[in-house]
Amino acid sequence: MWNYSDKLKEHFFNPKNAGVLEEANAVGEVGSISCGDALRLMLKVEPETQVIQDARFQTFGCGSAIASSSALTEMIIGKTVDEALTVTNKDIADFLEGLPPEKMHCSVMGAEALRAAIANYRGEEWVDDHEEGELICKCFGVDAAMIERAVEVNALTTLEQVTNYTKAGASCKTCHEKIEDLLETLLAKQGKTLEPVAAKEPAAAVVGLDEIAPLAAKPAAPVKKLSNVQRMQIVMAALDEMRPYLKKDGGDVELIDIDGKNIYVRLSGACSGCQMASVTIEGIQTKLVEKLGELVRVIPHTMMAAE
Amino acid sequence: MGIYLDNNATTRVDPAVVAEMLPFFTEHYGNPSSMHGYGAAVGGKIEWARGEVQKLLGAAFDTEIVFTSGGTESDSTAILSALKAYPKRREIVTSVVEHPAILSLCDFLESKEGYKIHRIPVDGKGNLDLEKYEEALSENVAVVSIMWANNETGTIFPVELLAGMAKKVGALFHTDAVQAVGKLPMNLANSNIDMLSLSGHKLHAPKGIGALYIKRGVRYRPMMRGGHQERGRRAGTENAPAIVGLGKACEMAREAMAVELTQVAALRDRLEKALVEAIPNCFVTGNPANRLPNTANVAFEFIEGEAILLLLNEEGIAASSGSACTSGSLEPSHVMRAMGVPYTAAHGATRFSLSRDTTAEEIDTVIRVMPGIIERLRKLSPYWTNQGAPAGFQPVYS
Repeated sequence: MWNYSDKLKEHFFNPKNAGVLEEANAVGEVGSISCGDALRLMLKVEPETQVIQDARFQTFGCGSAIASSSALTEMIIGKTVDEALTVTNKDIADFLEGLPPEKMHCSVMGAEALRAAIANYRGEEWVDDHEEGELICKCFGVDAAMIERAVEVNALTTLEQVTNYTKAGASCKTCHEKIEDLLETLLAKQGKTLEPVAAKEPAAAVVGLDEIAPLAAKPAAPVKKLSNVQRMQIVMAALDEMRPYLKKDGGDVELIDIDGKNIYVRLSGACSGCQMASVTIEGIQTKLVEKLGELVRVIPHTMMAAE
Repeated sequence: MGIYLDNNATTRVDPAVVAEMLPFFTEHYGNPSSMHGYGAAVGGKIEWARGEVQKLLGAAFDTEIVFTSGGTESDSTAILSALKAYPKRREIVTSVVEHPAILSLCDFLESKEGYKIHRIPVDGKGNLDLEKYEEALSENVAVVSIMWANNETGTIFPVELLAGMAKKVGALFHTDAVQAVGKLPMNLANSNIDMLSLSGHKLHAPKGIGALYIKRGVRYRPMMRGGHQERGRRAGTENAPAIVGLGKACEMAREAMAVELTQVAALRDRLEKALVEAIPNCFVTGNPANRLPNTANVAFEFIEGEAILLLLNEEGIAASSGSACTSGSLEPSHVMRAMGVPYTAAHGATRFSLSRDTTAEEIDTVIRVMPGIIERLRKLSPYWTNQGAPAGFQPVYS
């Protein structure tokens, strides 16, 4: 069940200004029965003052489509045509105290119908407004201009958001590439890039680990091979760097031996026998790998005797 | 009290089922694998439950029943098992109207694993295209998976015939019978069906329990590996309370089968007849002559399903819709589209699914309120005129 706001429910169960407006002098029709929602918006505009005196709607669609239509009429009655044109889909959604993301396209339909009706009043062919707008989503008849408007008004940044707001790409998905191209162009204008999905570093799985070994970007591979002495110095320095954190918890660490890729350490104080010792060892290893720029194993000295 | 007519989505757990389950939480909580009395008490009851499932399905042996977490797991297990058992066969035959548990898996196997999927179309009443089915069958087919009855329309597929045809090319036959079990009599002992999925929560057992029937002798490769439970065919400690609940639900379903087939069907027919008579421009989808006894799917033209459901909900009536807006996918039901139901009606398709708990009074309430709801929404619709259907309207589907 959708999580609809009380305001939205009010406009669905008791829609305002529903029905035919006989004396309308501006009509905008958007959507289609195949898409699952369609809206006919009828306006009565006073020619002298350009004020929208009355507005009515007929809507085929779900609860939020009907509520968006009702809200739209309430928002524009009494406004001049120019004032009405400043109403965006986001204003409609805000008026309804929010829409579920998957239903944002209902508010877009309202804003589109308004533009269509006003174009009709002015004797313009509405589709000419964006003749350059290529039809992107053939399933739902969404063109580039509509996507552009939705992206700009709502600051959309992903394909998924565009689909939720405009329905474009929700059915056969063949236009996904086109939408992404368009989105890329639009974002480039704002100096942004299309973010790749799931690019973020995963969060550390163990709380506190990052304190011992702050997660850092991977180091560039060292240019030349380190000598044994250099390696030892780096290891010592790294352990010294971590020591304050360990001491804070009443523990300490000591370098026992370096045998190739194996680095033996002794955990002492609170660290020895601590249930988190393996986590600490892991933290030290992460740090050393980072500093040395090579894969090494950190092994508790107790394991040394066993070998 | 609300009127619950969404039993194809899920059912109320029968209080007798709950009563049967309760001791297995706090008294008989042992692990059936354990070597003590606590375990033994549970193990015996699980075998009783297995026997009840066997009886409901008319299976020859109780060992043919493997308990799973539900319909989806049973479906995945069956198909993946068949593919592993017959690695040289790289094709699957299914239908366009299957549940997503099958369709999504097949999509995945097609795009990621390179299997060839034959999706058999249906006609306007939801009947399978048998010629296309026969054409698709070959010795390259590892498994056929066709549902016993469709969840949206209730249309029943001739699974026995289909299974026999699959047998001729040596393909395994699986059926997703989640909607059919407990509503239709079954006799798997004399059947060519190799595997069958069922789900507890569709027949008054709890959610999260189901079973997979695997005919003795059918090659099988488990999906869940681990312990020896279910004879190594489904590892993991048994969900004992739920299994006991499923057993009880199967026992009750067997006893109530006659009620489902007569009383429930009569109420369904009464509902359908009254709606079609009272409301212009609507029709029953699916095959009225060959359907589940509990399912009515009526398509109302020129209005949208979610709006219908919201208004029904205000009257305390729970139903379901194949409309785009209720699914979250923005696409209208794949079943309505596959049957060629026009968009003018597909969005307004509303499913009422009854159960043995449904009363005549409840059905009468729906019959009373429904015309008003439809009229109210049609008055809002730009496709509807004061004179009725739009000018030039041709009933494209009847």
